[in-house]
Amino acid sequence: MRVVLAEDSVLLRAGLTKLLTDGGFEVVAAVSDGDKLLAAVDEHRPDVVVVDVRMPPTHTDEGIRAALVIRRQHPKIAVCVLSQYVEERYATDLLSVDTAGVGYLLKDRVAQVSDFLDALRRVAGGGTALDPEVVAQLLVRRRDDPMERLTPREQDVLRLMAEGRSNNGITEALRVSHSAVEKYVSNIFTKLDLPPTDTDHRRVLAVLKYLGT
Amino acid sequence: MTYAGAHEAMTNARGPGGPLAPVRALSAPRSWHATFHLVAGLFLGGAIGAVLSFVGLLWWAATFSLVTGPTGPRALVVVYALTAVAVPVVVLDAVRFASVLQRERFRVLQGVSIAAPRWGKGSGLRRLVQPWTAGTTWRQLAYHLLAAVLGPLAGIVVIVCWAAPVLAALWGDDMTATGLSRVLWYVGSAALLFAAPWVALGLARADTAAARRLLGPGRAEELALRVETLARTREQLVAAADSERRRVERDLHDGVQQRLVSLAMNLGMARAAYGDDDGVPQEIRDVIVAAHDEATTALAELRDFVRGLHPAVLNDRGLDAALSGVVARMPLPVRLRVDVAERCSPSIEAIAYFTVSEALANVVKHARATRAEVTVTRAGGRLSIVVSDDGHGGASADGPGTGLRGLAQRAEAVDGNLTVVSPAGGPTTVTVDLPCE
Repeated sequence: MRVVLAEDSVLLRAGLTKLLTDGGFEVVAAVSDGDKLLAAVDEHRPDVVVVDVRMPPTHTDEGIRAALVIRRQHPKIAVCVLSQYVEERYATDLLSVDTAGVGYLLKDRVAQVSDFLDALRRVAGGGTALDPEVVAQLLVRRRDDPMERLTPREQDVLRLMAEGRSNNGITEALRVSHSAVEKYVSNIFTKLDLPPTDTDHRRVLAVLKYLGT
Repeated sequence: MTYAGAHEAMTNARGPGGPLAPVRALSAPRSWHATFHLVAGLFLGGAIGAVLSFVGLLWWAATFSLVTGPTGPRALVVVYALTAVAVPVVVLDAVRFASVLQRERFRVLQGVSIAAPRWGKGSGLRRLVQPWTAGTTWRQLAYHLLAAVLGPLAGIVVIVCWAAPVLAALWGDDMTATGLSRVLWYVGSAALLFAAPWVALGLARADTAAARRLLGPGRAEELALRVETLARTREQLVAAADSERRRVERDLHDGVQQRLVSLAMNLGMARAAYGDDDGVPQEIRDVIVAAHDEATTALAELRDFVRGLHPAVLNDRGLDAALSGVVARMPLPVRLRVDVAERCSPSIEAIAYFTVSEALANVVKHARATRAEVTVTRAGGRLSIVVSDDGHGGASADGPGTGLRGLAQRAEAVDGNLTVVSPAGGPTTVTVDLPCE
């Protein structure tokens, strides 16, 4: 899979390039700021973009801005945002366009090499990967709405869904049976008033409702 | 100032005294500065006094004529009226200008700088009336009137002292006195000459003391100025501390954090490559795993610390966004409501942010609460922050060991305040009120 990488720290840019290459990705461009990223995306049309939030010139949220532009201009290109700190507000911005092909992870996660590569593949494949911290922050905001109808267990399941896990992944994480997970998932769909259509679509809708975007 | 005092002052300034001290004093620059100062005062004070008296007399005459019923042609009445109205305005400027001249005299000849009192701002009628209600106008006027009489007097006294022998010689010729009184006459004039430096210094000091009191800002005005300076420097200090935190945060973010991520990532790659490789000795694999775990932990700790310094999102998106991050990291459920339509200044936002983080950290550490609530609202020019919990209470902003005292100080540094209501048994409510213009 072809990747464009944007990271202003030279050290980290080199490290990430190696990590991605070792992980089977093809890094077609590695740039240092938002404008160069947009140019590289236009030129290379990668499958996925990995972008740091804080980059020159203002060192605030260039990465998020660039990611939003890419989401709008190239909906087919997946975007994975890395950040030293995750912020609920940035996540809301990112997810407001579409939840497919979006990732928002703490930069620390790159140290868990295989987990990070899995998450990136998931995003590149059209899935979502949200850092547990992001999810926790989003949860705070949604305490006083229909989500309260969900039992704590169902909330756990929904949170894992929001992180982009499949039912198998949830089964593993919660150490419950596969059928139990399926039951929780269907309860969630019911409680959130999601009509039974295409399952994946309902999943995205549930996550969207959960995130309140 | 007494003679002894002047003497002491002179010997202190000129080194040890001795039999020659009175002679040295005659040629000391200080003596001559004081003398010039007084002579200049003679002319300046006299001239200013003459002008002011003349103008005052004019005004009094005009007003008196108006009050008693003016006689003569109508044009004269108009002139009277104009004079009665114009003089107070002109006198104000005259007084100011005279004060400037006098202060210059003190600065140049005595090396004493006297701060100019500030004149009330305003326009129209206020501009005319206000100075006459200010104490400083009357004090300055008083100085000029005093200086008109005492200035020439002091100037003449000091000139007579210095010139005593010459005067004695001039007048002595006309005397038909006996030898003894002639000797006394010259001894007396010599004594006056030797006294001249001290007379000059004493009079100059008295003049300086009067000028400081009357030409300078009054006590209330001095205090007001001081308060203004303190408020300004305090504000600068708060802003400086705030920007320093931002700088440290930025440096850590750009430096150590990136290196540590890189280190952890490399160790992660090593672990992924060799962690399960039986060809690599177990000890080496253990070391890699331990190092990777350590680096990951250090990264998480550093992240918490650095975010605590100053969250970048606070600049970008304001309090609401920054606080939801804080609240989410709390181990207990916290309800957050932020209603701030228009953002406050960066320093105030930073204080508000730290107040909430610290107050919540306190809740976690001390309150044994099951839930907490944070409300931030802006009403007019104030930002109100309420952090409440259902813990066991007993918190106090005076008690050591809690961060509440530090928060109270922070709030007070910007003219805000912090109140804690926390009866034993709970619940606890911390309210912080900050200015938010």
